[in-house]
Formats: sequence, structure tokens, C-alpha cells
Amino acid sequence: MHKIGPFTRFLSRPSSVSRISPIISFNAKPIVKPVVTIQPRRYASGRTKEEETLARIEKLRAQAQLGGGHTRIETQHKKGKLTARERVELLLDSDSFNEYDTFVEHQCTDFGMDKNKVIGDGVVTGHGTINGRRVFVFSQDFTAFGGSLSKMHARKICKIMDKAMLVGAPVIGLNDSGGARIQEGVDSLAGYAEIFQRNVLSSGVVPQISLIMGPCAGGAVYSPALTDFTFMVRDTSYLFVTGPDVVKAVTNEDVTQEELGGANAHTVKSGVAHAAFENDIEAIQRIRDFTDFLPLSNREQAPRRYSDDSTDREDQSLNHIIPVDSTKAYDMREIISRLIDDGHFFEIMPDYAKNIVIGFARMAGKTVSIVGNQPLVSSGVLDINSSVKAARFVRFCDAFNIPIITLVDVPGFLPGTAQEHNGIIRHGAKLLYAYAEATVPKITIITRKAYGGAYDVMSSKHLRGDMNYSWPTGEIAVMGAKGAVEIIFRHVQDRTQSEHEYIDKFANPIPAAQRGFIDDIILPCVTRKRIIEDLAVLARKKLPEIYKKHDNCPL
Amino acid sequence: MERKTFDKILIANRGEIAVRVIKTAKKMGIKTVAIYSDADARSLHVILADEAVRVGPPPTNQSYLSVPAILNAIEETGAEAVHPGYGFLSENSHFVKSLDEAGVTFIGPGEKAMADLGDKIQSKIIAKNSGVNTIPGFDGVVKNTDHALEISHSIGYPVMIKASAGGGGKGMRIAWNDQEVIEGFKLASQESKSSFGDDRLLIEKYIDNPRHIEIQILADKFGNALYLPERECSIQRRNQKVIEEAPSVHLDPSTRKAMGEQAVSLVKHVGYVSAGTVEFLVDPERNFYFLEMNTRLQVEHPITEYITGIDLVEQMIRIAADQKLSMKQDDIKFKGWAVESRVYAEDPEKYLPSIGRLSKYIEPVSLTDKHEVRCDSGIVEGSEISIYYDPLICKLSTYGETRSEAIQNMERALDSYVIKGVTHNIPLLREVIGSSRFKSGKISTKFLAEEYPGGFKGHALKDESLFELASVASLVHAKRDVRNWCWRDNGEALSEKELNRNAPKNWNLWIKVHNNNGNVEIINVLVERRSTVLQHKDEYQVKVANHPPTIVNAQWPLESPLINAQLRIPNQSERFVTAQYLDPLPVGFRLQYMGTKFDITIHNQRQHELSHYMIEKPKKDLSKVILSPMPGSVVSIAVNVGDIVNEGVEVAVVEAMKMQNVLRASRVGKVKKINVKPGSSVAADEVMIEFEDEKDEKPFD
Repeated sequence: MHKIGPFTRFLSRPSSVSRISPIISFNAKPIVKPVVTIQPRRYASGRTKEEETLARIEKLRAQAQLGGGHTRIETQHKKGKLTARERVELLLDSDSFNEYDTFVEHQCTDFGMDKNKVIGDGVVTGHGTINGRRVFVFSQDFTAFGGSLSKMHARKICKIMDKAMLVGAPVIGLNDSGGARIQEGVDSLAGYAEIFQRNVLSSGVVPQISLIMGPCAGGAVYSPALTDFTFMVRDTSYLFVTGPDVVKAVTNEDVTQEELGGANAHTVKSGVAHAAFENDIEAIQRIRDFTDFLPLSNREQAPRRYSDDSTDREDQSLNHIIPVDSTKAYDMREIISRLIDDGHFFEIMPDYAKNIVIGFARMAGKTVSIVGNQPLVSSGVLDINSSVKAARFVRFCDAFNIPIITLVDVPGFLPGTAQEHNGIIRHGAKLLYAYAEATVPKITIITRKAYGGAYDVMSSKHLRGDMNYSWPTGEIAVMGAKGAVEIIFRHVQDRTQSEHEYIDKFANPIPAAQRGFIDDIILPCVTRKRIIEDLAVLARKKLPEIYKKHDNCPL
Repeated sequence: MERKTFDKILIANRGEIAVRVIKTAKKMGIKTVAIYSDADARSLHVILADEAVRVGPPPTNQSYLSVPAILNAIEETGAEAVHPGYGFLSENSHFVKSLDEAGVTFIGPGEKAMADLGDKIQSKIIAKNSGVNTIPGFDGVVKNTDHALEISHSIGYPVMIKASAGGGGKGMRIAWNDQEVIEGFKLASQESKSSFGDDRLLIEKYIDNPRHIEIQILADKFGNALYLPERECSIQRRNQKVIEEAPSVHLDPSTRKAMGEQAVSLVKHVGYVSAGTVEFLVDPERNFYFLEMNTRLQVEHPITEYITGIDLVEQMIRIAADQKLSMKQDDIKFKGWAVESRVYAEDPEKYLPSIGRLSKYIEPVSLTDKHEVRCDSGIVEGSEISIYYDPLICKLSTYGETRSEAIQNMERALDSYVIKGVTHNIPLLREVIGSSRFKSGKISTKFLAEEYPGGFKGHALKDESLFELASVASLVHAKRDVRNWCWRDNGEALSEKELNRNAPKNWNLWIKVHNNNGNVEIINVLVERRSTVLQHKDEYQVKVANHPPTIVNAQWPLESPLINAQLRIPNQSERFVTAQYLDPLPVGFRLQYMGTKFDITIHNQRQHELSHYMIEKPKKDLSKVILSPMPGSVVSIAVNVGDIVNEGVEVAVVEAMKMQNVLRASRVGKVKKINVKPGSSVAADEVMIEFEDEKDEKPFD
């Protein structure tokens, strides 16, 4: 039997050791005793070879814990940032992390790199659990070569991405990297591309989440961009293709890192990031909460979590939530929070294209996605940004079996040269396409306006909506009364009478119901109950698939 | 045999008082007509009334104060009588006159008595002539500064200079010497002129440390009048009543009788009919002085109803219907104690009204058949508290056999009163009700000023209350954490197996809470789960240094607002804590405890260790400008440069796609610049209105 006493202190626990080398066994009682006893070779230290090897392993493992060393860790902390390992510890359930490739080192020999090695090569990879559910994770270590990406660094990331695909579990990347390992040249670029390729292959198979926790520049940005969700930490994370220095040289613009690619730039202006959080601890906690919503892979249904919120709760105040005056705004998020379990809505891109609201919620404990026009902002109009924002979200939900609940109050597409010349036709088509191709359960509630082409787009019956409802306040028409009457009665002077006629005819949901374009007109207070019942009915929905290599979604 | 009163009455009011009157009318078999402005079209009083008539747009002068519109509503519905509630037209003698002319009964006093008693100078003269104790002072209009000094000398300092037409503390100054009289006279007359368009002033003796105690009277049209037990309304802020109680701890039977008899003699002297209230100031030696008479149903009437069992609205209706009072003075008995808290939609720290939609609203209920909790409100969940009307949410009254029981019931009622969506004053109410000084009864109208000299800042946690809050927070955290482990990946219903999953059993928590004494409290709590399955009654043991291990359990459906927790030290003691779970936060949640909201950060051991590296960030001010949310045209601008606006107040309206978007101030601020005009078109994100930096702003008042 091996004496393991003093050496175990760096081993997280026996099970992970057995993975290092199958030769070493820590079973208290070996099942089969060796027939021939070989005298163990002793070293000068007086230890056996096994003991000596173990000691070396422990030493390496201990070194690996320190990444780039104490000084660099201190610098990292001073910036308000945690180290790669600390982040993984916070992300995963305690003691659940199983690390891969602890001992990997780079193989570069140029520029004196052969004398400059950090065990693990600037990234911590492995798998663990979040509230008991399996996820794969990589966490870049800024203290080791500035988290720069080498061939081996990339290979470590690729390994866990491959494993995640194999078993069907999400990949969470914690990005904190200065960029390519310049000393490695094209090897580093190859590494990026290997990751990109896997991002694409994994897309739609397992959820991929990126949390940017430091710099992420140059080619590196395209990995998060290919993942499903990109989150950022305020003030300490940046995403840009070219940094301020290059910008200055090329365009003579003076811009800070924060202005160019900080959390604010990407959550408000560019729409590159899906949300930003205050600091590392908060960001990681929120990623844990976020992951709870997601299915582990496209093989799974949306998860169901325990909830005390009643499934037949009727919320009377919903009956009065739509203003009497149909030109008045209201907050769609309030309707959402009253329909879903516990009012807990994980909003995606809350600060970008606010005229549409998207996010995850639960109904009867099961994850659903919500898409709602937001009358509070620009009357809930569809424009380029809101179409693109919602389209990508709808496609994600369709890929991962998450039912889509659409709340419609849309006056149409935004007119104007800015929109037309920037391609509202092309971008609007993305949302139309996304809804039309989606085969997950689709439930639509028209709360008020559903005008024109935007009515068609917003998960209408005609785009295979499974259940389409309208509240009594619904108005389903080609356009508002005034505009319509101006066209129909172009030559009539006094159109007041015709306008009233038009309102009577179309400013209500009855014509659409008469044609079966909506399945029922329901009181707002019963909406929650109806959605939950419908979700149960649609749980086994199956649509025949048409063979194609892949579709050709407008891009 | 029930004597008939009216077939149908109209209630010329809104909100809780309209609802209150409708309730009695229904009990008496009288049909009711509500009136409403556009802002109230779906209000509770409209829903409860048998008929409802629109009287105009939201502003009160075009709706609830519009006599022609109300007369029209009366004609339309054939109402025989009008109950005015309080406020609005309730003390408007012209309205009474118009009703008289239209042959409609006014449920209240006659026009003349109302007019005579409505004027402060006039009413004081009448009171004096009726043998009512009045505050020594000058019974007429003060001519000038010299005259003011002369009067002040004859009365003796301190003196109070106040507007003849005033109310609500406007045009009121206290002077302790000649210099202050000279200044006070000038300022009070200016204020009075600008507030009431009337610069007549009067001067009287200033009663230091007074209590505000008032006598409810009832008088019929046959010369019968009687008094009901007193109400004490000493807890006031800026001369607005906050907490009232009946009876008063300060009065003895002989003073009560003397005050009551003087009130009745005043009423008889002017031939007053209906319910009314005679307000007195009472000094520490129980000398009492007439303050004014309110010729209407008082806001705080429920507490009198509680201890006497008399329905004051019913009495008013009967009197108006020419019925005699059915009781005599000797029949008036009172039993127990009642307290009323005025729950307002206002910031209790800055006393600024708050507006918004009640996103969550759950009223407290009586737990016994004594009906010890009464909520007089006119709203429901989803109702809007608008800028147009009084921000009163509810008059919350509680009853007890004794004062301390009534107070205890009030504490519980306030703790379990869930109001979300608007800022409310429950923190202040709960603090006053729970304070030892209030409980001791040693109160005066200066209570709030003396207890919170630097302004009210919310409940300050002490060792024991901090432990209670930490225990409840630990329980909430643990239950939520266990819930996070109860899932199933194929989306099907959860079975016993999922509920029994290997969820955490032990927590080492670090609870951080910003205390209102300025400290940041960090408490380490060791939590141990005592039960195996997630359920409502699961038990947790909490251990905090210097406290015995305590078992905590709670009635708390996950994520619901009310937490009724039990804290038990085995074989020793148990106590109950009511707290509210308001919102989840990124790392923790917000609880309401002792009326005050606390943002609670909960870290596990590792998060706690690493939290030291997190950098505290300065708060960013993104609210200095109002941006146009979209391209459109400006419909209106509701503010001017230099205006100080409250959070949530409308500043502009932008129209696009025939939709009006109301832009509101996201914080309190002074308008620095307005870059657009009504009619001008704006681009998306164009800066429309700019506010001054916070530091440049002068504080209120």
C-alpha cells in the first residue's frame, strides 16, 4: 500500500488523482495483489520512484494553482478582477470542478519562450456543475502571458468544447485575454480558427455562453460573437476588433477603451453584448442563474424547476393594464412579469433596441422565452435593431426547444430613409424568417395593436403560430384608422364618419377571430392559465422536417 | 321598522371616502351614484357604485370641483341627496347653496353655519361668544407691523402669526420676541397673499408642546346635539395628520366632558347640523383652546366608529333626511382603543409625493372575529396613483381592548401591508408606532420634529433586530438555494426524486446590509437544513455569534411577498417576525422589515473572501438629461427652466406614429435648460431637457 499522507494536500480529492495516471491507485485495498513483488527503486531522498513522481506531480499542481505567480495575481486583484481559478470556483458548485489539462505547457521555442513557461498555459479548463447540472467551462488566466492564446491554450479549449458536444452540456467561456500569443505566430491564429470552427459546429447543439471579464480584442472577439450569449463586466471588460491606438492611427479618432468597446458601448449601442454586470462576483452569480434557464443541449427539453407560483392564478389587474386611450403607452414588462412564474424575468439585451423586449422566464416551472413589443419605447415599432435583436433570440429558442410566447402591440415598421437605406427590408426579414421557421411551441397574445406587415411577422397564425389569442383590446388591421380612411376615402372631404366606421370594423379583434386568424379572444386575467394549459398540450408538438442541407436565412 | 331616508344619493368625491360612503349607503339600501374624472374611469368607487357619471378631465377644477358638472350628474341620475365626503366641495357653501336651489339635499351642515365656521377669524369670534375656550389673541385683522407688536405685547410671547384664510401651515410664523414679530408679519403676509390671494393675518398666543385633540359632534335639525369621545391627532408633519388615536391618553373624564360640552354649545349656538369636528389644542396641564371647526366628515372618523360602534356616515344621512338623533348624550359609551395610520404614496424621508401603478398590493386582514384591522381604501392592485389627486393610499385603523393591544395590531398590520410600485410612508408609520415614546403616550404635535431632528432615515437595526433580519434572510436564501436544485431536464413534472435531490444542507453565509445608522453590517450565519424535502414548513437552524442557536421556519411560498417567520430557541422562547420579500437582487434580495426596506447581499464563504477584491464604484448619474426616445414631434413641455421636479413627474410628451410618449423625470432635479419647443421635431436620443448637477441644487424648503 502506498503512503500518501503528506502528499495529498494538493490533491483536490482522490478521484481526480486517479485520472492523472492509471498506474497510481489510491484504493485502500487493491483487489488483486501483485504476484511478483519487485523491490521498489529508491532515490537519494530515500523515497520510492512512485513517491518521487507523486511529489513532482504535486509540485506541478501546486504551481498550476498560482498561474502567473503571486505578483501578477495581486495586480489582477488590484484591478478588481478575480483570477481564472477563483472565477471557476464561484461559477461551479463547490467541489464540483474536474480540471482537464492542468499540466499543459506551450511548445514555443522562439524568442526565448522555451525558458518562459507557465503550467496550464494561461487557461483553466474542465467541467463541473451549476446547481447540480453539468457544464463545461474554460477560464482564461490573464496572469499567465496576459491570457494570450497559444496553440496549446487553444487546444485545451477545443478539448472541452469537443467533450461538451459529445455529452451534450453547455460551454461557458470566461474570457480574459490580451489576444494572440504573438511569439507563436500563425500557430496562434490557427488556434483561434480551431475554436471558431467548434463554436460553429456546437451552435444549435449545446448552448454556448461567453462572459467577457477582461480584454478581448482582435480575432479573439469572434469566438464570443459566434456563441449564443455574450455578457460583460462593467468597467473591466472590453471587446473590439482594433484597439484605440490603431483607431487613432487609421481614422485619427481619439477614443478610450471604455468608449470603444466597454460594456456600455456593446449593451447600448452595438448590441454585441446581451447584458452587463457590476463586477466579477455579480456577473458569475448571474451566469449561474442564467444557465438554470437553459436546456443542456438540443437533445433535451427546456428544463423545469420547482415553483410555488400557482398555475391557475388569475391576475385581475391585467384587465385594466391597457390604457383606455389607445395612443397611451404602457410597460410591456409589467404584463410579462404578471404572466410568468414569480415575476422573474431574465431580460436579454435590456438596454439595446428597447422597443422590443426579449428574455427568459418560467411558466409552471418550465423555461419559456418571451418576445414582446414595448409600447413604452417608440410605440413598440419594429425597426432594424429590434428585428435583429428578436430574430437571433427566436432562433436560439427554436434550436433549443424553448417555447416562444409573443406579446404583440406593434404599430408597424418604422418608416424613414434611415431605416430604408440601412436595409429594414433585409433586417426585418430576419425576424419574419426566424418566426416562420421556428417549430417549437409558439403562443401569441395580441394585447393591442397588430398593424400591417408587423402583424404577420409577430408570430401570427399564418407563420404556424400554434395558439393565437387576442385580448379584447386587440386591434388587428392593415393600419390605424386615420391613415386607412385617408386612402380608402381619398376623395371625400369629411372623413370623420368613415373613420368611426373603420374603428368599429377593425379596432377590435372580432374580424380576425371570424376568420380563425386568432383562436380565441380571452380576458387578460386568464392569460397565464391558458398559456400554461397550451404549453402542456404542445409539449409533444412535432412537425415533419423537410430535408435541406441548411436554410438560407437572410443575413 | 327602518325609517326611509333616500332612494338614491350621489357621492361628490372619489377614492377611499367615496368607497366608504357607498358601503354605508348599500347597508342602508340606498342606491349610489359615483362621479369620476377620466383618470378614475376604472376606479374602485366607480365599480362599486350603482351608477357612475363622468364629470370631466383629470384636473380637479374641471371635474370634482366643477359644480355645473356635478349638478348635471345629479339631474341625469335623479339623485336626491349629495354626500360630499371630505375635501373637494365638502366645505364649499356656494355648492351647498346651488344644491339648495336645485332642491337637492346636501348631506352635511347648512350653508350659513358652514360659511360662518369656515372662516378662521369668524369662527373664533363665534366660538368665544358660545363660551368656548379660545386661544388668547386678537379677534380681528392685524393692520400693520406696529399693530402686530402691540397685540403681541398684550398677549405675551410666544405668539403665532397666521393667515386668516390659511391652512396647511402656509402663512404661519411663530415669534418669541419683537424682532421675530416684525419679520414674521412680513413673511406671513407675503405667503398668505401668494397662497390664498388674501393677506389678512391674525395673531394669537402660541401654545408650546401642544396636543391636537378634537371632539366629534353630531347634531340634528331639531336642536339636538351630542358629542362623541375625542380623537388625538398629535402626530403630524407640517400640520398634516399622520397618526390618530381614540380616545386620547391625555384626557381625564372631566376634561373630556368640559371639551364635549363646549363643542356642543358651539354647535347649538350656530344651529349647526350633521357631523362635525371641533378641534382643540390641549396643553400639558390639560388647558384646552379652540382651534377650528371642521364642518364635514373628518378623514380620521373610523377610529371614533371603532370605539363607539356608531356609523357616522349613516348618522349624517339620517340627519339630512330630517330624522332625529336616535341617541342621547348618556347613551354614548366607548370601549377599547383605536389607532389610525394614514398610508400615503410619499417618500417618508423627503415628504415628496410618489406616483405610479401599484404593481403589488395586499391589504392586511383581521385575524380574529373582533375585526381588529380596518382598511379604508379606494384602490386595488394595478390602480394608478396619479399626480392629480391626494396621494392617500389607505387609512389603516386597528382596534384593541387596550391601547397597547391596538398598537400591537397596528404593528402587525403595517408589517403585513404589501405595497409595491410607489414609494410609501409605511417605514415612518411603523417606526412611530413601534417607538417607546409613542407607546408611552408622551406625544405632542412636535413629536416628529423632536424624534427625527435630521429627518427620518428609516429603521436603524440594533443587535436583536439585526439578528432577526439576518435569520429571516438566511431562511429565504436557503429555501431559494434548495429550490434551485429541484429541477428536471426533460421538462416533465417534478417527482419526489427531484424534490429530494442532493441539495445543500449547510450554508456558511455572510450577510451584508446597509444599516440606516450609516453602518454596513456584515453578519456571519451558519445555516443547517433540518428537513429533507423542499416544503413550506421546512426548518433551518441558524447560528450567529453571541446568539443562541435558533430554529427558523416560515410560511413563505417561494418568491411571494409575505414572510411569516417563527424564530424558536428550543426549550426557551419563540417569537414571530413578519417581513416582506420585495425583489430579488443580483446577489441577494430586498426585504422589508420593521417597515423599512433593506437591500441584503448574501455571499457564501468563497464569495465573501473574494468580495474584498471588488472595487466599490461611484454611482453614475445618467439622469441629468431627458432624451427623446425616438424621432417624433414634441407635443408639450410640462416644465420651465428653474422648476424643481420630483421623480416620476411628467416633463414632456413626444408624439411619433400617432402615439404619445410621456417622458418623466428619473430623479428629483432642477431644470437647467430646455432645448425644444412644443411642435418642434426631435431625433432619437436628442437631448431635450437638462437638469442641474445634484450638488448645485438647493435643498427643498
